[in-house]
Amino acid sequence: MPLTPERLQAAYRQMLVIRKFEEAIRNLYQQGKIRGSFHPCVGQEATAVGGCWALREDDYMTCTYRGHGHALAKGLSVRAAMAEMLGKVTGCSKGKGGSMHFTDPSVGLLGANAIVAAGVPHAAGAALASQLQKKDNVALAYFGEGAVNQGVFLESLNLAVIWNLPLILVCENNLYSEMTPSHETTSVVETHKRAASFGFESLQVDGNDVEAMYNAVEEAAAKARAGGGPIYIEAMTYRLWGHMMGDPEIYRTKEEVAKAKENEPIIRCGKRLIELGSKESDLARLDSEAEVIIADALQFAESSAVPEPADAFTDVFI
Amino acid sequence: MPNITYAQALNEALREEMKVDSRVFLMGEDIGHHGGIFRVTKDLIDEFGAERVRDTPISESSFVGVGIGAAMAGMRPVVELLFMDFALVAADQIVNQAAKLRYMSGGTVSIPMVVRAQQGGGRGNGAQHSQSFESWLAQVPGLIIVAPSTPADAKGLLKSSIRAGNPVIFIEHKLLYNTKGDVPEGDYSIPIGKAEIKRNGRDITIVSYSRTLLFALEAAETLSQKGIEAEVIDLRTIEPLDMNMILESIKGTGRLLVVHESHSNCGLGAEIIARVYEQAPDSLIMPPRRLGAKHVPIPVAETLENAVLPQPADIVEAVEAMF
Repeated sequence: MPLTPERLQAAYRQMLVIRKFEEAIRNLYQQGKIRGSFHPCVGQEATAVGGCWALREDDYMTCTYRGHGHALAKGLSVRAAMAEMLGKVTGCSKGKGGSMHFTDPSVGLLGANAIVAAGVPHAAGAALASQLQKKDNVALAYFGEGAVNQGVFLESLNLAVIWNLPLILVCENNLYSEMTPSHETTSVVETHKRAASFGFESLQVDGNDVEAMYNAVEEAAAKARAGGGPIYIEAMTYRLWGHMMGDPEIYRTKEEVAKAKENEPIIRCGKRLIELGSKESDLARLDSEAEVIIADALQFAESSAVPEPADAFTDVFI
Repeated sequence: MPNITYAQALNEALREEMKVDSRVFLMGEDIGHHGGIFRVTKDLIDEFGAERVRDTPISESSFVGVGIGAAMAGMRPVVELLFMDFALVAADQIVNQAAKLRYMSGGTVSIPMVVRAQQGGGRGNGAQHSQSFESWLAQVPGLIIVAPSTPADAKGLLKSSIRAGNPVIFIEHKLLYNTKGDVPEGDYSIPIGKAEIKRNGRDITIVSYSRTLLFALEAAETLSQKGIEAEVIDLRTIEPLDMNMILESIKGTGRLLVVHESHSNCGLGAEIIARVYEQAPDSLIMPPRRLGAKHVPIPVAETLENAVLPQPADIVEAVEAMF
C-alpha cells in the first residue's frame, strides 16, 4: 500500500505524537516524575514511522532503549506507553518494564531492549518462527550504529543470511554511539557495507525522509515475505537531543545541532505535504490532533493507580 | 520397561515431543547428521528434517537469542549448548533476556525455551569444559533449573521442561550419558520442582543431584556396611527447590549433608543449609555440612581433578565425621 497523501498526513501526525510524547516525558522527568533513564528519539521519528508503517500489524519488531517512537509507530497505545513511563499499573508492562522495555505482542512489538544489539537475534528468531510456521510474517529489528560492534549483532547477520530469514535490519545511524562519534570507534562506519560483506542485500537511505524510509521497508518486506531473504537498511538520521537526560553533549557543537534541525523529519514532511497540496491549516489541525492524543494519555496516566507492592511478585513465570 | 542410556532417554523425550508438537524444534552445534557429540539428537534429523533439527554456527549468543525470539513468536525451541561452560558466551541472552523478558513485559510475552547443556568434570576436560553452573544460575530469577541424575528422570523431566512454557536450563552431565536405567515408554513425565528419595535411611540425609547423586548412593552403600543408614534425596530440580522434602527428611534423621559438583563457595549447599536454619532450626542434631568443588579451576590430571571434585570417598568421610 503506497503512502498516499492522506496516509502521509497521518504519518505526519504520528511523528508529531512521538515528538510530543518525548517532550511530555522531558517535562515529567524535570518534575521528578520519571524513574530511571530516558533516551529520547527526537529527530529520529521518520525511521520509526516510515519503517513500522510499511509493516503489517502481525509482523514482528524489536527495538532499542531509544524506542518510544518505534513502539508507538508499531501500534502501542499512547496511553499504555505514558502510564508505563509513570510507573502505573495501566502501563504496557504494568510498571515493571519502564522506558527501555516497551512491549506489546498484540501489535507485534516483541520488546525494546536495554542491552545494545540484544534484540537483533530476537527479531531473527521471530523471523525463523514465521519461516518454520510457513507464514509470511516478517520481522524488523531497529538498532543504532553503535550496535554494529557487538558480537551478537555480527553473529546475527551471519545467521540471517545462512538461514535466509525474512528479516529486515534497520540501522538508525545517528552518527554518535552514546556520547562518542561513531567514526572514532567503528572500522567501517558505513554499516551497510559491513552487512553487504556478510552477504546481505543492503542499502543506505535518508532516514529523515519518511517516504524514503517507508518505500525502502515496504520493498524489503515484500521481498522477505516472498522468501527473498534478509535485507539491511542503513537509515541516516540525527538525534537532536542528548543521548539521555543530563547529557552535556560535549561531543558536538551547537552549530551542528542547529544545522541538523533544518533537516529534521517533521519539518521536512510538512513541506512535502504542502507540495502535495495540503494547506498550512491542515498541518495545524494535525498538530492539534496530536496534542489532544498526548493530553489524553497524560490525563489517563496521571489518574491511573500505582501497582500494589504484591504485584512485584507476579509475571515471572507463566 | 526398557533399559536404556541417559542419552537415549533424552533422545526419546525429544523425539516424542517433536512428534506431538510441531512447535518444538532443535538448534545447536553438530546436532544434525552428526547427532550431537554425546549422541542425544541421534537420527532426529532423519525423522524431522534439517528445518527442525538445525545445525548452528559456533555463535552461542545469537542462537540462544534466536531461540528467545522464536519462543516469543510461538515456537518451542530446545537449544543445545555443547558445554555448559559456553553458557557464559551467551550469558546476556540467558540472564538479561530469557530470564527477564516476561517480567519486563508485565507478563505479555513468554519464553517457552529449553536450553540443554552438559556440564561437570571427571573426564579431564579442563577448566573451560568441566564447570558446573547451577549455583550461579539459581541466582537469576526467571530461570527454571533442572538436573536429572537417572535416565528415567532425564526423559520425564525433559518432556516437562519442553511443556513448561518458561525458560528452562536443563543440566545434563557428560559422565551420565552412558549410564543405564529402566525408562517407562510412551507419554510419561516428571513434574518440575519435585525431589525424590532415591534411598531410604534413618541416620542422615544426603541431598544431591546429577552425577554426585550417584556418588551419594555409592557412599550410602558403603556407609550401610558401617552401620550408618543414609537417606539420599535427589533434588532433580534446582529451581524451584523442593525444600519440603528436605525438611521432612531431616526431621527423621537430624543430620544433613549437601553434595554437588558446582563450587562450594556461595553454592547451592550454602543456600540449602541457610534455608534449613531459617525454616527448621531445631531439626538438626549436628551442624550440617556441604561438599562441592574446592575453590580452584577444574584441573586436567586425574589426581588433581579428583582432589578438587567431590568423590564417593569424600562423602563417606564427611558423613562419618558427623557421627
